[in-house]
Amino acid sequence: MELFRATEVVKDYAGHRALNKVSISVAEQSVFGLLGPNGAGKTTLIRIINQITAPDEGELFFQGRKLKSTDIQYIGYLPEERGLYKKMKVGEQALYLAQLKGMSRHDALRNLKKWFEKFEIQPWWNKKVEELSKGMQQKVQFVTTVIHEPKLLIFDEPFSGFDPINANLMKNEILQLKAKGATIIFSTHNMASVEEICDHIALLHQSQKILDGNIFDIKDRYKRGIFEIETPDTEAVSLFSQNGFSLIEHDLHGNRQRIKFQKATDQSNNELLQKLMGKLEISAFREVIPSMNEVFIQVVQQANQKN
Amino acid sequence: MNKALLILKREYLTRVRKKSFVILTLLVPFLFAGMTILPAWLAMQDDKEERTIAVYDGTGIFLGRLESTDYTKFHFIPQDEYAKIKEDIRNSPFYAVLFIPPNVLTANRAQLFSDKQVTIDVKSMVAGKLGTILENDKKKQVIDQSGLPDLEEKLAATKTHINLETIKIDQQGSAVKSSTELAMAVGYAAGFIIYMFVFIYGTMVMRGVMEEKTSRIVEVIISSVKPTQLMFGKIVGIGLVGLTQLLFWVIIGGAIVAGVQSFVGGGEVTTLEQSQNLMSTSGVAIEAATAEQQNMALEIIDMIGNLNLPLIFGSFLFYFLGGFLLYSSLLGAVGSAVDHDEDAQQLMLPVTLPLIFSIIILFPVVKNPEGALAFWASLIPFTSPVIMMVRVPFGVPVWELLLSMGILLASIWGIIWVAGKIYRTGILMYGKKVNFKEIVKWLFYHN
Repeated sequence: MELFRATEVVKDYAGHRALNKVSISVAEQSVFGLLGPNGAGKTTLIRIINQITAPDEGELFFQGRKLKSTDIQYIGYLPEERGLYKKMKVGEQALYLAQLKGMSRHDALRNLKKWFEKFEIQPWWNKKVEELSKGMQQKVQFVTTVIHEPKLLIFDEPFSGFDPINANLMKNEILQLKAKGATIIFSTHNMASVEEICDHIALLHQSQKILDGNIFDIKDRYKRGIFEIETPDTEAVSLFSQNGFSLIEHDLHGNRQRIKFQKATDQSNNELLQKLMGKLEISAFREVIPSMNEVFIQVVQQANQKN
Repeated sequence: MNKALLILKREYLTRVRKKSFVILTLLVPFLFAGMTILPAWLAMQDDKEERTIAVYDGTGIFLGRLESTDYTKFHFIPQDEYAKIKEDIRNSPFYAVLFIPPNVLTANRAQLFSDKQVTIDVKSMVAGKLGTILENDKKKQVIDQSGLPDLEEKLAATKTHINLETIKIDQQGSAVKSSTELAMAVGYAAGFIIYMFVFIYGTMVMRGVMEEKTSRIVEVIISSVKPTQLMFGKIVGIGLVGLTQLLFWVIIGGAIVAGVQSFVGGGEVTTLEQSQNLMSTSGVAIEAATAEQQNMALEIIDMIGNLNLPLIFGSFLFYFLGGFLLYSSLLGAVGSAVDHDEDAQQLMLPVTLPLIFSIIILFPVVKNPEGALAFWASLIPFTSPVIMMVRVPFGVPVWELLLSMGILLASIWGIIWVAGKIYRTGILMYGKKVNFKEIVKWLFYHN
């Protein structure tokens, strides 16, 4: 089921088009990665989803109907540049932000208590925000983002500013929220985390969407027939310099030869394997799937060359 | 609860609970009272130091006529002693030595020697006494020479003091006793208070917007509420803080005035009598003077009653809120457009310039509340909150007042629209050096 959809969204700023006919569709209870180089238009799109700014063209749908201004209570937003009122007490502030999202004071208090206990941050309740370390402030901010149990969560670079332990904690929280039914839009430059938690991605570049799809499909789409085999046959390298293969690299690992090559023809993996089996002893055979990082760089570079 | 109301509540409570606000609100009336009452009270305190002045009278006409006062005694000495004391005044028991030369009647001069700087009170008291005695002698001589009967009484009767009453004919044609001084005082005070509050609380709105922008919390907040709600809650919340402070100042100030009146009131009459005792021995004069003062007090009360108090209070509230709304929206927009304090100062100046201008022309307007400057400045919405308020106690034609209010309301509406546009773009704009050209561009953004 689809929770959110944007169609052909256009946004212009004085002489500069920030978004050019961008459409995305976010499935319910999934993690949607919004990727792209700096200045591609991610933040603009996120602000449009949050109704901070209005699109010049295009339409937005939430749960199958048009997005309404009251829907902001179903959305939780953690912006990339985070901040809280420095002079305000932690508890009071969390309560205030929860009420601004439309929660009653009573419900907000109950949920806050739960989250503060979960993160073991109850002792901070009466502290001023400026007394907390940056990491502690991030935790408080995370709580204020999810406190109203939003259906749609938008995280912009959620792990920046966290140490690896807390970053991992946050990652697990995000996956738990998804397991409980939340839908998440996740914007980041950190491709490793994209592979870990995203189900679907859209890649924005120069105000346009240039790639969209399920993360496994995309990786499949960008594999280039590169394989890695291991063989005890030390003479095997010569085989990959011809026969339509192109040898990428090889090295001797003890008594085993490790060879990385690109297949030439449109043969399937099984055909390739059969062909190789007749010629040499195979200890390991693996297709090299590109990482999201490689896909990202390749796609953006291709787009740049086109221009 | 309505979200704008939530914001308003936070803006109000966080400021009202601040220690600095509580201290300022409670302390300023006392400071102000201290600053005005203390010097007056000190000035009223007589010099209570006992002094003895040695007098060498070269003429012989002052002996027995130079009367000692409660704290200053005159002690007449012969010539040889005078020379001795003058030599060594430091070790003499006298505060000073007065030398009256034989030719004092023609030269009009005498000398007061002291090892210290003689105080102004002593100096004027001695000079006054000598002068009065000599003047009386001369007058008596003239009267005696003229031979006219009852001349002294006739001369005394020529002393004249004009008490000019100002009476205003109001629109119904009935005469109302007015006080120019009172209208000036009320107008000046009202105009100045509006200026001060608009400036202080307008700047507070600007700082509040900047705080939200620089701490980056604004993006979270406007993902929950509309920027206009945030701006509205902030401006109204801070405006209420200003009204709260004003209310406390009026209450505390009123209590202080009442307290001082009941405390000093009784004593004042006696000191007044004392001082009059010094000036004149005539009991009739005192009675006349006190009667006149009672009259004046009654008249002032009468004239306060004749000021259109409901109109003045009503206009004050209107221009107070109107001026605040106008300038705080503009200053809020300034706060949204900048990242740093220095840039804020730069953009703030042109915005607050009309306000500063209105305080500069405050005095000319008070002096001539019907002049062209006063007229135009009380219609222009950027100066009218201060200037029209200065004019209201003098009485302003109804159409002028209504026109001024109408223009102000329309301008507030327009300014809020413009400020809202700037605000919505500005709060999300970082790292850009903003100038007016840039801001004008924002007005045409589609948010």
